[in-house]
Amino acid sequence: MITGLFMALVGGFLAYVFRYNLAFPGESIPLFGQLSAGQYNQFITNHGLIMVFWVGMPLLVGAFGNFLIPIMIGADDMAFPKLNMLSYWFFLTSAIVLMISFFVPGGAFAGGWTMYPPLSVNGYTDPSPSFLSAIFYGSSLMIIAVALEFTAILMGGINYLVTTINKRAPGMTPFRIPLAVWYIDIATVIFMFSVGPLVAGAFMLLFDITLGSGFYDPARGGDPVLFQHLFWFFGHPEVYVLLLPTLGVLGEIIPVFSRKPLFGYKPLIVLSLISAVLSVVVWAHHQFIAGIDPRMATFFSVATILISIPFSGIFLSLMATLWGGKIKITVPMSWALGMIGLFLVGGFTGLFLGSNAFDIYAHDTYFIVAHFHYTLFPSVFFGFFAAFYYWFPKFTGKELNKALGYIHFWLTFIFFNGVFFVLFFNGLGGQHRRIYNYEMFSNVAIEPYITFEKIATISAICLILSQVIFLWNFIVSWAAGRKAEKNPWQANTLEWVADSPPPHGNFHTAPKVYRGAYEYSVPKASEDFLPQNLQAD
Amino acid sequence: MENQKSLSLPSIKIPQGRLGIWTLIVGEFMIFGGLIGCYILYRLRYPEWADQAAHTSTLIGALNTIVLLTSSFTVVKAHEAANRKDLKKITLWLSVSILGGFLFLINKSIEYSTEISHGFTFSSPALQADGDTIGSLFWSFYFLLTGLHGAHVIVGMILMLWALLQARKGKNLHRVELSGMYWHMVDLIWIFLFPLLYLAK
Repeated sequence: MITGLFMALVGGFLAYVFRYNLAFPGESIPLFGQLSAGQYNQFITNHGLIMVFWVGMPLLVGAFGNFLIPIMIGADDMAFPKLNMLSYWFFLTSAIVLMISFFVPGGAFAGGWTMYPPLSVNGYTDPSPSFLSAIFYGSSLMIIAVALEFTAILMGGINYLVTTINKRAPGMTPFRIPLAVWYIDIATVIFMFSVGPLVAGAFMLLFDITLGSGFYDPARGGDPVLFQHLFWFFGHPEVYVLLLPTLGVLGEIIPVFSRKPLFGYKPLIVLSLISAVLSVVVWAHHQFIAGIDPRMATFFSVATILISIPFSGIFLSLMATLWGGKIKITVPMSWALGMIGLFLVGGFTGLFLGSNAFDIYAHDTYFIVAHFHYTLFPSVFFGFFAAFYYWFPKFTGKELNKALGYIHFWLTFIFFNGVFFVLFFNGLGGQHRRIYNYEMFSNVAIEPYITFEKIATISAICLILSQVIFLWNFIVSWAAGRKAEKNPWQANTLEWVADSPPPHGNFHTAPKVYRGAYEYSVPKASEDFLPQNLQAD
Repeated sequence: MENQKSLSLPSIKIPQGRLGIWTLIVGEFMIFGGLIGCYILYRLRYPEWADQAAHTSTLIGALNTIVLLTSSFTVVKAHEAANRKDLKKITLWLSVSILGGFLFLINKSIEYSTEISHGFTFSSPALQADGDTIGSLFWSFYFLLTGLHGAHVIVGMILMLWALLQARKGKNLHRVELSGMYWHMVDLIWIFLFPLLYLAK
């Protein structure tokens, strides 16, 4: 029954997320009827919030964490199954609360996903209130939704850490744990350490709105920049919370399809720990234009560029895993390679933005938008799809349609680039983000930027439409797909020992672990992979 | 060789519940840490907050510190009793600890009502009317920090009551220790709040 609940949980998470994916990106484009400026602001705000907190977090950390951690370490279930359930219901509630905020008087919060005061506190004192709506209900509900979501993820996080520490199978020593589990856990630790101050900040924000305190009101001795610090103290590590699970997934997929051991398994863990430490000292690079002390800005510039070193290391290790391997291009492998390629673009532009001199020019332009979509889209969606295509046979016991998988990959890859590559130029050309209508700004409403806007919008529509292929593939394969083998990819990790889909308790007999997760193409072995539970001769 | 090593059970020998509470405590400390950090930064920026802090009651604060420390001690006694499976003693010591929580809340309510009757509230409109907006910010922090802490006191009492009710039936004795750990955390946070809000004048 617990497995039933557990699968319902995963399924629920995923179903949720798909619904958002479908309903959601369409909203930020003026596709349906007349989109007012107020609605435009509400939609971009909630696009950001939903994609980061209600899609990114539950996709990889929530759903795959819950499924993969116990099965990859050879446990029968999570350490606290009830807590897991509770965490899911909190998550569901938070999503409902956020949806409700669209229907309250004044509409949803519309001051940008970063919730900066004073917009989040006072509303907008424009004479035409429809422009940014009377924010009171919307922003309070938004804060409550975010707080509930954090609570849900914290509960999940407690569960992950305790499960990994305590419920490993005999022989699963720390350095035999698959990289995906390591990275999901490190992401959880980063989350738990960084989210506290933002919870504190959210309390202050909520009381500023509802009880009339003045924590962020400069007229009353408060300081709005304080909120920015609290927000980004969480907000930047959050980027790595989204990125690390994906890198972990890549760490599983790439060795399997290169038939080679993962290059530098221990260094990869050390590098991710270094990046975890550095991730909490880079936050103020989001605030270079907020009037912070230039000496401080220099420090954060340096820290930001430093953090690219461990991540370069991680990516180089993943690529070195490919080198000399017997590479098999499969659907999950294409997503994994696509993720590496696209993230490099995001990472390199991040280096430019990390130096505060350039950032002051590019801040809040479409250059930033393109940059963080090039980092977040590959980490959330390419990572998710890679993981999805890789583990779907295990989830459901059915095979996905390969041809549709490739079509989905290529369409997504092409149209994603179509949306965001051109936006780099728009940003450098000086187009600011969060602008309802560029025709009001004649100096940037010129060619080629107008055409680029059109390319981006058309690509975005195609990008969304190509996800229909994925949904079709998902539903049809689940309902009427061919039965999958137990270990279709010939991988080593423990989840492939279990039946597909895994029964209650995951394994028939508790597995024992005799070796690390990445022993591929071992000389003298009869096959080119050695499952972790196989006793040596 | 590799095989012999490999079959040893790798788990760290910390019971699951305790490990869970430890991670929870880390999370809670980050929340309070964030708030206290903000408070300290503002405090350094506004030395005039000392005048506001002078309106807090050191006496009640000190009393509450003693109450909380004592109840932390009795929780330890309850844990000890749980180790001996002495159900009567568990009931006794946990009841005393919960009573400590009540005393704390009673003191707190006396304190709050005095302060509120003097016009110091969450947003202190009286102070703002006098033009002392910076002073009113102190009271926002004061009520936020102590209020959030008070909410944790109530949660801690509920947890102890739950552990108590189960322990009386001889079930889940380990929960005595777990609720006690939570209670120690509540105590520890107060140890930070008391000097910062009451003593630094």
